[in-house]
Amino acid sequence: MPTFIIRRLLQSLLVMLVVSLIAFALFRFVGDPVHQMVGLETGIEERARIRWELGLNDPVIVQFARFAWNALHLSFGNSYQFKKPVIELITERFPATIELSVVSALLAITLGIPMGVYAAIHRSSWLSALFLILSLVGVSLPIFVLGILLILVFSVTLGWLPSFGRGDVVDLGYWATGLLTTSGLKAIVLPATTLALFQMALIVRLVRAEMSEILRSDYIKFARARGLRPATVYFGHALRNALLPVITITGLQFGSIIAFAIVTETVFQWPGMGLLFLKAVQNADIPIMSAYLLLVSLIFVSINFAVDMLYAAVDPRIRIDVRTG
Amino acid sequence: MIARFILVALALILGSVAVWAQATTFRFAFQGDLKSLDPYSLNETFTHGVLGNVYEGLTKRGPNLEIIPGLAERWETIEPTRWRFYLRKGVKFHNGEEFTADDVVFSAERVHATGSDVKTRLPADAKVVKIDDYTVDFVLTSPNPILNSEWDTWYILSKKWAEANNSVLPQPTAGQQTSYAALHANGTGPFIITEHQAGVRTVFKPNRNWWGKPEHNFDEVVFTTIANDATRVAALLAGDVDWIDPVPLQDVARVNSNPTTQVLAGPELRTIFLGFDQQRDELKNSSVKGKNPFKDVRVRKAIYQAIDVEAIKSRIMHNMATPSALLISPLLFSRANEFKRWPYDPEAAKTLLAEAGYPSGFEVEMDCPNDRYVNDEAICQAITAMLARIGVKIRLNAQPKAKYFAKVTASGGYDTSFYLLGWTPNSLESRNILVNIVGCRDGKGGGQYNLGGYCNQQVEELSRRILAELDPARRDDLIAEAFRIVHEDVSNVPLHQQSLAWGTSKSVKVVQRADNQILFYWFKKESGMK
Repeated sequence: MPTFIIRRLLQSLLVMLVVSLIAFALFRFVGDPVHQMVGLETGIEERARIRWELGLNDPVIVQFARFAWNALHLSFGNSYQFKKPVIELITERFPATIELSVVSALLAITLGIPMGVYAAIHRSSWLSALFLILSLVGVSLPIFVLGILLILVFSVTLGWLPSFGRGDVVDLGYWATGLLTTSGLKAIVLPATTLALFQMALIVRLVRAEMSEILRSDYIKFARARGLRPATVYFGHALRNALLPVITITGLQFGSIIAFAIVTETVFQWPGMGLLFLKAVQNADIPIMSAYLLLVSLIFVSINFAVDMLYAAVDPRIRIDVRTG
Repeated sequence: MIARFILVALALILGSVAVWAQATTFRFAFQGDLKSLDPYSLNETFTHGVLGNVYEGLTKRGPNLEIIPGLAERWETIEPTRWRFYLRKGVKFHNGEEFTADDVVFSAERVHATGSDVKTRLPADAKVVKIDDYTVDFVLTSPNPILNSEWDTWYILSKKWAEANNSVLPQPTAGQQTSYAALHANGTGPFIITEHQAGVRTVFKPNRNWWGKPEHNFDEVVFTTIANDATRVAALLAGDVDWIDPVPLQDVARVNSNPTTQVLAGPELRTIFLGFDQQRDELKNSSVKGKNPFKDVRVRKAIYQAIDVEAIKSRIMHNMATPSALLISPLLFSRANEFKRWPYDPEAAKTLLAEAGYPSGFEVEMDCPNDRYVNDEAICQAITAMLARIGVKIRLNAQPKAKYFAKVTASGGYDTSFYLLGWTPNSLESRNILVNIVGCRDGKGGGQYNLGGYCNQQVEELSRRILAELDPARRDDLIAEAFRIVHEDVSNVPLHQQSLAWGTSKSVKVVQRADNQILFYWFKKESGMK
């Protein structure tokens, strides 16, 4: 088991190194950060001086080595645009993205699982068909179209919910949460729904497929024959077994939710890391871009690592294979 | 019985108190961010406009861009090279410090300090001398009639505050530290910044100790960035914000037809124009080998006359543009109406091309930004189509501004044969154009945005005389002569001035200035509180 852990750790580190190398190579082509940092009438010598100060004239290897060394010390430099340490900017925006991702994931799960169960039990009812169509819509409509539609209906026409932003936040020291104020709760509804709808597709269909298969198995037949109530059969036995793949998928999806949140954050002007990243790309703000890419790859790598560890812990067959293999 | 009476009375009192205590809030949204609160660190219209509510300069500009007194009550030129400014007394910074001549001297030094992006505000060799606590002299090496033309965005900082907070230089020396002045503001203006989260939101409250008489009626002003066009318009329509800029052209009709909102579309100062590489002997990106077709004035004129600016105005710009004959807005040059565009005439253009030796045209690459000016890429695509009709085949290279400017400016080696650019003269007068856009690239700072390298010694000579000319009428004569030469030479193809597109709620009375600065100390919210 320990060799397994160490091997996976080393693999994770390798992935992060490769990601940062690729990202760094890409940054040569994003445009001129100095031009984005100064006004139009700034003189040529001034621009050259800034370029020299930022170390943009050094060879790529030197720049990368400097970057990697600083990254190990968790120092990513100052943002070109805001002239603030990148770490501060990211930690400021981190709570917003995480809250949005978690709320949307919870929403997707709490709505998706019952829908999937119903669709599995009553396979040919019209309500099941409706659920399946809804999930298809959620995954095929682009997020920005969905977001704007929701804004149009709920903000502009009905005026029930705010059209952008996060509302008022309560500062709890390290974490600024929007979930403790009414305006914050109202503001999270539309973005979380947008993000949840596309996750729901996978959950509904996965639960339905797994449940249908399990409902045909022998032990369910015996449980029904024993006279157990339907609720116990469906939720106590069938669903519990159906959930394992769902948890795996949702866990792995969580990483990509944080990535897809970029589009949602742009549409709703949600002050999270995704929006920060998009602005950084438009303005060739390389420190923010590199820090964000490293952070996202760290999240993906750790989630995958955690899921692998959980697998080995939960499923004895994997544990045995590892010991012999 | 009495208890109920008291209860009702209390309710009424509390109710009226609540109504009375409701704050008048003005909320506005822009597509970009307020990146820094330090007015010296970035020379950008939006930043300067918003900070113009918090900071002030010695002189300001009024609603029609006329120069008016600011922190200086009056001024005079004692000698042609010596200007004396008499400062306003009794002005306090937001932190309570008195405003004196020391602050002016300090701010003048800061203009040319490391990290300052506003170096054009003052000539580098000007000396600032304190005469007494409320009088300052500016001593120049040569006469400069437009000394204070850019001072409405040269803001005065408090010397004591800057020294106490490590903000003497606009840029922190070691790259790791955050600049205090970038995150906190301490000005003399009618508003105080109480909260600032860069890239997210900024909150302003009125400065109750301001020296002037407030024309606004706000208790609070909130700025948020909304980068997405559709969301910004939705926020205005939903009433979540009172003012947005810009309204995408295709949404102007929608905002106007909505009963509670409208679009203010006054003229803007920015002129959009085309430029040609006139310096290289062979164009970098064209099908013509061995010579440069753009060095021939007939080719340039042919291209000028092949472009139908009226069609661009009505089809691409939804009539929100003013075709221009000059490289400057008519609002900034009183004699602009003496100039007329070369007529739109594709037949004449084809004849000119044939005369110049290109009867079947040629191919050339055009560089264009796609996220910098209003409908910039669409304009370039229209031009591509129009030039195809006279045989000039354009390979359009449209890029985001970060990449476009990296390529076509000095840092990219002026790598362009044919390009589109927009320009607003910072000093709001014509010499800026003669120096930056059509001035020779002499390595001494001239022609920085003369991406094509056009150079005419007569224009240079006129530009030198204009710098020293103190009589406004003779100055305008010289400018007109220079523009005439530039027009005959077809140094560039001016297209139009964009229109501003401010979307506002009808309950807010705003003042729209052609330089697109949002000075909300002139705005008022009417009828009803929200």
